[in-house]
Amino acid sequence: MSALQTVGVSKNFGGVLALSDVSIAVEKGARHLIIGPNGAGKTTLFNMLSGTFSASSGQMLLWGKDITSLPPYERARLGMARTFQITQLFSRLSVSENVMLALHAARGGDLSVYRPMKGDRLLLQGAADMLARWELSHIADQAANTISYGQKRQVDLMLALVGQPSVLLLDEPTAGLSAAEVVRVADMIRSLPRDMTVLMIEHDMDIAFGFADRVTVMNQGQVIVEGDVAAIRNNAEVAAIYLGED
Amino acid sequence: MPLKLAAWAAGIAAILALPLVLGPYYLGLATKMIIYALFAMSLDLLIGFTGMASLGQAAYFGLAAYTAGLLALRLGWNVWAALPGALLVSVLAALAFGLLATRTRGSYFLMITLALSQLVWGIAFGWRSLTGGSDGLPAVPRPDLMPFVSLESDSAFYYFVLLIVALATFILFRLVASPFGYALRGIRESETRMLALGYNVRRYRLLVFVISGLFAALAGVLYVYFNRFVSPDYLHVERSAEVLLMVILGGAGTLIGPAIGAVVIVALEDVASAYTERWLMIIGVVYMLVALLAPDGLTGLFKRLRRGRTGA
Repeated sequence: MSALQTVGVSKNFGGVLALSDVSIAVEKGARHLIIGPNGAGKTTLFNMLSGTFSASSGQMLLWGKDITSLPPYERARLGMARTFQITQLFSRLSVSENVMLALHAARGGDLSVYRPMKGDRLLLQGAADMLARWELSHIADQAANTISYGQKRQVDLMLALVGQPSVLLLDEPTAGLSAAEVVRVADMIRSLPRDMTVLMIEHDMDIAFGFADRVTVMNQGQVIVEGDVAAIRNNAEVAAIYLGED
Repeated sequence: MPLKLAAWAAGIAAILALPLVLGPYYLGLATKMIIYALFAMSLDLLIGFTGMASLGQAAYFGLAAYTAGLLALRLGWNVWAALPGALLVSVLAALAFGLLATRTRGSYFLMITLALSQLVWGIAFGWRSLTGGSDGLPAVPRPDLMPFVSLESDSAFYYFVLLIVALATFILFRLVASPFGYALRGIRESETRMLALGYNVRRYRLLVFVISGLFAALAGVLYVYFNRFVSPDYLHVERSAEVLLMVILGGAGTLIGPAIGAVVIVALEDVASAYTERWLMIIGVVYMLVALLAPDGLTGLFKRLRRGRTGA
């Protein structure tokens, strides 16, 4: 059983075919990379996998369970997490509050309306531990919209990981980062638990090919070819449509 | 810190002592301010904390006011039956309207809350046999809390309102400090992320809509007892706009800000209406000044001033 699978998934945006008959199987524990030029449909695919967009046709399976018509929050509860190309943080909340909200959701997100969130020692301690592990303790009390871009990317990734997902979707985790920050984020990604299944969109080929064990190449809403890194490197068609452009 | 404590103590003492120093007119004005403070805080849950700008908050305020009035006048229910009854009617209305309204966002949400509240206004206006139409319901009695304990006197009623609003305020502050309260802020900041974390955003939006309606309803019941009268004006969009202005003027998302906004607007209306019938114009100018000079409202302005002083 694949961790995550799409079967003939298509997406129309008012007549524009953004995805056409996409079938991908991501195996358990894989480091699966999706590459393709701009407009290939990579982020659209991610938005459909996470439930932000509904599929026009086709089927999506998470651990064999049909999730095609499930809302995003139920997919999250089944163990799927994602990061965002454009970071999605709770801007006016502190970094620590951001993490606490993620932790609260990871613990089941019960509707507690009376006990103060910051009176919850487990939540406070959990957030502090998490920030310490990521060496971000010094920005714990800063509003998320006041931290640097690199830090925002890290927090974005951290929020996705708080719930210890079984399947993680990474949407260009190193986009726009400085060289030093790229190294840092790459290290973080490399240190993810081996049994976590990771599907990643990435433009930085050095990072991506060094990390991936499986690669799917997309172009104009379609899967062009799939294979291991060596096969993709040597694929003439891929070189023509994608690598040739760089 | 002791200075701050002393300031709080002095403030509370002053509020408690008001009936001793104020004449009936100004005591009535103070009572109105406190009721409106609760009304504004109820709306702040939606606008300030969850980012749902409603222009129909008067629906739940007015519906509860009418229900409390009718239950007292027509059925002779005492306050302990009429108050929960009125709250229940508003909560059910908020639930029904919320199911519709929370499917929308932004200006669509604004328009649909406005339309739904105008629907209630239309019913109150048109159903003369029940609601008295544009004449409203006169002579709603102030309730007896128990036999021989009447709220007819202005000072007794003031303390009654103060107690209820203080309790409600306490609950509201607990609510916004809870994980639920932070989830509301999370929805305001990024609904996408909340969904990705596993929060059932729609349920939260509906729930806060109903809770907000409940507190608006409580303010409405207090207000009908205060005025001894209810008319379709209670439900009108002008009332919704007025309370929206209080929230923005005071500073959305702070609870205390909208309460201050309520005090300022009620005071301003009172002063301005003594001089001119066009006091709405004055309110309009105040609103423009706030939008231009203090977009975070009075509390935001105050914070900035204080930070500026300590920073210098």
